[in-house]
Amino acid sequence: MLRLVVRRLLQLIPTLLGLSVLLFLWLNRLPGGPASAILGEKATEADVVRINRALGLDQPVHVQYWRFLKRIFELDLGTSTQTGQPVWDEFVLRFPATVELSLLAILIAVAVGVPLGYFAARNRGGWLDVTAVSGSLVGICIPVFFLALILKGIFAVKLGIFPSYGRLSTGINATDVTGFAVLDGILTGEFDASLDALHHLILPSVALASIPLAVIVRMTRASVLEVQDEDYVRTAESKGLKRSVVRGRHVLRNAMLPVVTAVGLLTGSLLSGAVLTESVFTFGGIGSFIWTAINGRDYPVLVGFIMFIALTYVLINLLVDLAYSLIDPRVRVH
Amino acid sequence: MSVATKTDKIQRLAELAATKETATGASLWREAFRRLKHSKMAIIGAVIIALFIVLAIVGPYIAPYSPTAQTWRGEVFPNRGEFVGARGENWFGLDHLGRDLFSRFLVGARQTLLVGIVATTIGLIIGFVIGGLAGAFATLGGDTGKRIDSVIMRFIDIMLAMPSLLLAVSIAAVMGQSLTAVMIAVGVVQIPVFARLLRGSMLAQGTSDYVLAAQSLGLRKRRIVLSQVIPNSLSPVIVQATLSLATAIIEAAALSYLGLGNPDPAIPEWGVMLTQAQRFFDNAPMMAVYPAVGIIITALGFTLLGEAMREALDPKLRG
Amino acid sequence: MRITKSRVARAITAAVAVGLIATGCSSERDTDNKSDGKKDTFVFAGAGDPASLDPALASDGETFRVTRQAFEALLEHESGGTDLVGGLAETWSSNDKGTVWTFNLRKGVKFHDGEELNAAAVCANYDHWFNWTGTYQSSAVSYYWQTILGGFAKNEDKEAPEANYKSCTAKDENTAVIEVKEPSANLPGGFSLNALAIHSPKAIKEYEKQEATAKGDAITYPKYSQEAGTVAGTGPYKIVKWNKGNKEVTLERFDDYWGEKAKIKNLVFRTIDTEEGRRQALQAGDIDGYDLVAPADVKTLEKQGYVVPTRGVFNLFYVGMSQGANKALKKKEVRQAIAQAIDKENLVKTQLPEGGKVADQFMPDTIAGYSKKVAQYPYDTAKAKDLLKKAGEQKLQIEFCYPTEVTRPYMPAPQDLFELMKADLEKAGITVKPKAMKWNPDYIDAVQVGSCALHLMGWTGDFNDGYNFIGTWFAGFDKQWGFKDKKVFDAVNAGSKMGKAEERTAAYEKANEVIMDYLPGVPVSSSPPAIVFGKNVNPPNVSPLTQEIFAETSFK
Repeated sequence: MLRLVVRRLLQLIPTLLGLSVLLFLWLNRLPGGPASAILGEKATEADVVRINRALGLDQPVHVQYWRFLKRIFELDLGTSTQTGQPVWDEFVLRFPATVELSLLAILIAVAVGVPLGYFAARNRGGWLDVTAVSGSLVGICIPVFFLALILKGIFAVKLGIFPSYGRLSTGINATDVTGFAVLDGILTGEFDASLDALHHLILPSVALASIPLAVIVRMTRASVLEVQDEDYVRTAESKGLKRSVVRGRHVLRNAMLPVVTAVGLLTGSLLSGAVLTESVFTFGGIGSFIWTAINGRDYPVLVGFIMFIALTYVLINLLVDLAYSLIDPRVRVH
Repeated sequence: MSVATKTDKIQRLAELAATKETATGASLWREAFRRLKHSKMAIIGAVIIALFIVLAIVGPYIAPYSPTAQTWRGEVFPNRGEFVGARGENWFGLDHLGRDLFSRFLVGARQTLLVGIVATTIGLIIGFVIGGLAGAFATLGGDTGKRIDSVIMRFIDIMLAMPSLLLAVSIAAVMGQSLTAVMIAVGVVQIPVFARLLRGSMLAQGTSDYVLAAQSLGLRKRRIVLSQVIPNSLSPVIVQATLSLATAIIEAAALSYLGLGNPDPAIPEWGVMLTQAQRFFDNAPMMAVYPAVGIIITALGFTLLGEAMREALDPKLRG
Repeated sequence: MRITKSRVARAITAAVAVGLIATGCSSERDTDNKSDGKKDTFVFAGAGDPASLDPALASDGETFRVTRQAFEALLEHESGGTDLVGGLAETWSSNDKGTVWTFNLRKGVKFHDGEELNAAAVCANYDHWFNWTGTYQSSAVSYYWQTILGGFAKNEDKEAPEANYKSCTAKDENTAVIEVKEPSANLPGGFSLNALAIHSPKAIKEYEKQEATAKGDAITYPKYSQEAGTVAGTGPYKIVKWNKGNKEVTLERFDDYWGEKAKIKNLVFRTIDTEEGRRQALQAGDIDGYDLVAPADVKTLEKQGYVVPTRGVFNLFYVGMSQGANKALKKKEVRQAIAQAIDKENLVKTQLPEGGKVADQFMPDTIAGYSKKVAQYPYDTAKAKDLLKKAGEQKLQIEFCYPTEVTRPYMPAPQDLFELMKADLEKAGITVKPKAMKWNPDYIDAVQVGSCALHLMGWTGDFNDGYNFIGTWFAGFDKQWGFKDKKVFDAVNAGSKMGKAEERTAAYEKANEVIMDYLPGVPVSSSPPAIVFGKNVNPPNVSPLTQEIFAETSFK
């Protein structure tokens, strides 16, 4: 297991290097620079030249790349041109929000999707099955931003049972420990802050969960349908094992394999959805930050972010593999 | 078993789970088509798609008015929240610049379909080439082939890990704002999905008996790939292409929401119409509802047909 | 068995439902409790995060909206108006030439950190800015200092403007004298900018300690400007917290304020970046007011009982013409044809918020220097066609750029405005090639380098001086316009070096006439950006300069 981890981590280095070269070439193709993003209509040509010079953008690409590499070795991701703060600080500030949002979304998707898919499969053709299947089909066809707008319009504006934006209510005194608003409240004993944060999370995470939920329902259903006809399940049943044991240990467990992969692969699409939901709910996460970084030509943020995503992706894949070996003894890694 | 084969196995399991495959090509398709004809899902999907395509073709000809003429611009006052809803003259009412919404809706169908088809084609072709190469190297290229495959797939994986919307946004940022940029951006995002799918499917074929048999008969590798492996690996790709049409339409709408949609106001497109209308949602909700329903139903049509095809190709999944 | 299944399913559904409702209800109780007592927190939503808590480092309205509540400058604008009045200086005067400015400071003014205001404190501020080095000399950081008073003691960049600031001396405890090298149209208006607001000398010392941390090839804002605690001004509110993650700046009433104390104890600014988002937050009761209301929402909100005061106009929206991008624009007939082809009246009537006016020169009518005698180019499609014929440009094709994804105070929905103008131009026989670009940075860059033949742009005035408008565009050759016309340049510059405001006004009037005679572009409209408040709010005086003082706000 350790060897696997080390090997995967070593593979990461050439990948990230290659990626960073591609990135620099790509960024060089982006028109415009951060200057006019900073000054807006006030920017004069001289201002733009001076700001680009101050940011080192007048240098050739290879010089910029070399500087970037040097900084990376010093574990410095540079400074955001939008906010004038270290990129790393910005990430630390904003990642927790998105992680919280995505985790809750995935949690909702799994907690609702897996049982729904399972019972749909057991009830094949029944009302639950039909509802679950058609619901999930419609679910992936509604644009996330539209769903988010509708949810907000109904539950926040019309009914007023959820807040319409933000991460915390005004006036809630929350101490910042980890940046995860829900967790912080629990750590510091400010449970009202935790509850408030959770309250703010619900609408956006439900909107964000729509697509993963639909995928998980269908995945689980398909997977259960397939597994329950397998020989080992029949054997187990004919051996006279209790149904609950057969279902839990044989059917559900084996059916979970592709679902776990799907959950792993969904993280990327979650971030896409997060850009939209964060923007609808003004939820100060990384999604909307990157979105403004693209518009504002915030090169250091973009490079840092893409490298970070690549890193996260490899790590998540690693976790998925480890999860596999826990669920399926046949692929247990020695 | 070594670690390497374990991870390969994991990957294969995942891909097999997503694309259950049987070996015999032609009869499989015939069988699948027979099953499709009996699937309610497929029929509904096909009907929606047919309607949509008819709309896209004849829409511009049957539209009662010009979609761009601001004929009634003196009657709507967006700055006062005064709009004109459905009425005899204008079945869907007027938009915020005094244009006939019904005409815009009809003409918009074509544009929406075009975005979906072009984007999916771009993703399909490039993904097909990349995935096909990787798959060919992996199945028949020996150790060097495996290594090339793993390099290709690592980048495809990272592409897949990029939030697709951000990828699309940055492509649109490089290209400037145009309809072409939207189509390319949405298309590029689809590349890794197709590549991965085709490769996975080819890998599954690669170990099948007939490929081994062909190899032992001494057939040329290129020939095996082109005449055996690829044709037999196509079905999940075709299913995915149908599903991707839906994704592309939704993704294009999301790009519009982020302000990167088709900028040419002379060409109405549902995603852009929806984005523009949501500003007036309080006063004229129907302005947003028409294009939104259009998008959802169309996407649903492609999804239904795609899912039905998937099930038809894999009897075990039949519902 | 069937029963078990559905029982489990039902249990899960029930648990989820209960969970949702419980969280929903619990917080509803919370908000109810809050409104039981006297409300002591006013929440206002802006469209973007502030860039810095030190206004001297900022150039954007979102920052100034916050810092204006905590920092005051030597001069201020009268509440709700555009006239200069005493701020921290009770009275002020200048020599005839306009190079020596004497400020008699208010007595008994305290900073948030307990320091006293005196002439030395004022000079500490001006000298601090003047002696900025490194990153601080970038116009991204010190835009307003450079615009108003030029460069620095030691300019590090050849292209930085030359310093116009000479010195600041404390003549006595309460008299500060600021000297400049050349008279400037930016004075005394510039002294009222929040970017030049006065900080506590103790805070300034702290700022100077942190400056060393700024790095070479990046523009890094110093730490003090990013978290509450160090910055200290004299305003009615003091900044107590900036929660960036929650996009929220919290201010608290400053009890030692020299003037009338703030009516509400806590003032909170939050960021909601979309128009719909802000409106919905207000309707949901999550905020008590917001700025930059979509014109379409104004009437609706009014009908629903919200308070929507109308600001005076202080901006200008225009169709710019880059003569370098399309040779035809060099012909006056063509420019005139375009001006007469556009139905400005309709734009104002249907698109701009209430209070919007059609513009006939590059200055709103609220500014001293607005001329009543400029040449008029009324909407007349037939005349436009005639003019094109005369110019031999019946087949004129022209690229028209417009920005997407942006609302500016002067142009609420650029794309709609563009589409209406496009239809107008086409009616006059001009073929319009639309080009949409993201505002940031594509559009601004394209406009600046003059690659957009026609484009939409505008300007919001910083203070009441005409040069702040026409000087921005027509003081000399500018690629955006791409023309050289000595008559125009001279007329515009005539006023800029005059010390006396009255002389300047006359010069600006003349300049406006010359400009509109030349017709470098089409001024379209001036419109007030709408602002809205909750049903239970007595709003502050709304300001044409969007400089609301929230200390005036109270709950009904």
